[in-house]
Amino acid sequence: MTWTTFFQQLMNGVSVGSLYALLAIGYTLVYGILGLINFAHSDVFMLGTYFAFFMIGIFLLPWWISVLIGVGLCALVGVTIERVAYRPLRNAPRISALITAVGVSFFIENLGLVTVGARPKGFPRPELMKNVYFIAGARIQGVTFWVPLISIAVLLVLFYLVYRTKLGMAMRAVSKDMETTRLMGVNVDRVILYAFALGSALAGIGGVLWACKYPQINPLMGIFPGWKAFTAAVVGGIGNVVGAMIGGFIIGLAEIMIVAFFPNLTGYRDAFVFALLIIFLLVKPSGIMGETLKEKV
Amino acid sequence: MKPIVKWLVVTVLVLEVGVVGAQEVIRIGANLEMTGAVAAYGQMIWEGVNLVREIVGDEVDGKKIELVLVDNKSDKVESANAATRLIDKEKVVAMLGPAISGSMLAVGPVCEEKQIPVISATATNPLVTQGKKFVFRACFLDPYQAAAAAQFAREDLKANTAAILSDIAQDYCVALGNFFKEEFTKRGGSIIVEQNCKTGDQDFSAQLTTIINANPDILYVPNYYTEIALITRQARDLGFEGIILSADGADAPELFSVGGDAVEGLYHTAIWDATKGLNEVGQKYIDLYKEKYGKDPNMFGALGADAYLILVNAIRQAGSLDPSRIRDFIEDTADLDVVTGKVTIENGDAIKPVVVRKVEGGKFQFVKTVVVE
Repeated sequence: MTWTTFFQQLMNGVSVGSLYALLAIGYTLVYGILGLINFAHSDVFMLGTYFAFFMIGIFLLPWWISVLIGVGLCALVGVTIERVAYRPLRNAPRISALITAVGVSFFIENLGLVTVGARPKGFPRPELMKNVYFIAGARIQGVTFWVPLISIAVLLVLFYLVYRTKLGMAMRAVSKDMETTRLMGVNVDRVILYAFALGSALAGIGGVLWACKYPQINPLMGIFPGWKAFTAAVVGGIGNVVGAMIGGFIIGLAEIMIVAFFPNLTGYRDAFVFALLIIFLLVKPSGIMGETLKEKV
Repeated sequence: MKPIVKWLVVTVLVLEVGVVGAQEVIRIGANLEMTGAVAAYGQMIWEGVNLVREIVGDEVDGKKIELVLVDNKSDKVESANAATRLIDKEKVVAMLGPAISGSMLAVGPVCEEKQIPVISATATNPLVTQGKKFVFRACFLDPYQAAAAAQFAREDLKANTAAILSDIAQDYCVALGNFFKEEFTKRGGSIIVEQNCKTGDQDFSAQLTTIINANPDILYVPNYYTEIALITRQARDLGFEGIILSADGADAPELFSVGGDAVEGLYHTAIWDATKGLNEVGQKYIDLYKEKYGKDPNMFGALGADAYLILVNAIRQAGSLDPSRIRDFIEDTADLDVVTGKVTIENGDAIKPVVVRKVEGGKFQFVKTVVVE
């Protein structure tokens, strides 16, 4: 393998990884506050692409406005899911909430299959994402270039929100101790709603960017990216935003490199990622950046 | 109500008498999927068979051909039952078999035992005809298609080196990839890199980077339309400038909606080209179909029509209604003009020209037909 080829593979890995990273942040955000793995996250990701797709295709809106509306609608869907499915189970055992999350995920997927059909649709991409740049002999697509930048921008906004605003303070408080925060006069349910809106908006952005790279959308498109992003969140240390990003890049690079160096193992590409998940859960369940878990009382 | 019932009874009796009293009829069974999971296939075949009867007529040497349709409900057991019923009760001399391989595999033994020839329009599994004397099909098999692709790549596109990116989760793709490799190598070309993917994969950048690094003349992608569209797209984005060749899996509108301008110049092998008839009956079929249904004809209907034409030709040649004799003349079918081109039957399987098409201006354009030599 020549140096240029290796560099190209590296860029391929970064490109996939940054998408996983963006999606992983959403998982981690909700988990950090609620201790709930929101399995419907990957389906909100799918919905984001369809919202944008229909805004462009039916209402003939410009690309950027369609995406913004799509992301807004995703936030709305996230809020609805939390209000309808998760809030009634706030004090139920964790396993109930987890199973509900899986149920919501299946519900959205099948609703998609029934309403828009299983046949894939082509997603329109703006020129900006299609352009190809040359860096040190490697060909880099516009979307590869922009996704990491967008992810970092999102991260900065998130940090500002969590550490510099009152809402962020409330979120951190809720994540430490929900009951005490409630006693302090904070509207806990509203804080959680905001967290879901934020996480779902991120899923929407991730979905649109994913569709820019792989311009094929279908109602089940969220499943595998979702599982991998979840793995990234665990590898990075679930609950930790920086960890989620690092995890995303690790998964993306690992996936590309296994195909690049061991073409015979291509069939095990997904298996490899999930083996990584199992290994981390066994050896270091708190992940790379995670603190050692103290069991909440 | 009563008079109406009476009239109905009388009408039915008259019809019955009419049928019995007329000249000798030839009864052909149609064991098709009219309901159930793959009802669309059976219905399209039935449509095609009836359409071609309007073109070539429904008589052989003055004897009327009567089609007896039995719905097999897209089910294996029902298919076998339908075959038994058609043979024992309806006394058919030959049968149009189910569209899908699973059902055809259930019908095969029944027809073997009762020695009634059966022909399927579209069952592609190699096992369907293997070791059977009375079972036929009107479509070609995956190995034949891949060999045609390899011959086209070597002789027409003058490719010396090729790469294959095949889907290891699909028997169809694996078979095509292997047979392409075999034929391409046999013809003096070399496969310089082989890469795999899995159904549902969206990212092929790692495989494609390796392929582009090896710089083959041609990239063979015997996958289904979504993968072909994504692979082509990413290959072009990553700077691949060679020719991309795929198989009949490419034939879906999604290829264009997902692939966009990246699929321009893509070649693929196909069972037939619905825009251009290769012979008179083919062109007539296409024209009549468009006139009647207002859309492009489909492959299932065309192959159904082929199966019917093969049967009718064999009955005419045989000059008798002895099923064993008809069977021999089906096997002897050679260069018969049917809707999808000229067909020859060998060991129960159809050998016919493979159509090659190229994407130009967001549409498939006919390039040529290939007969494997």
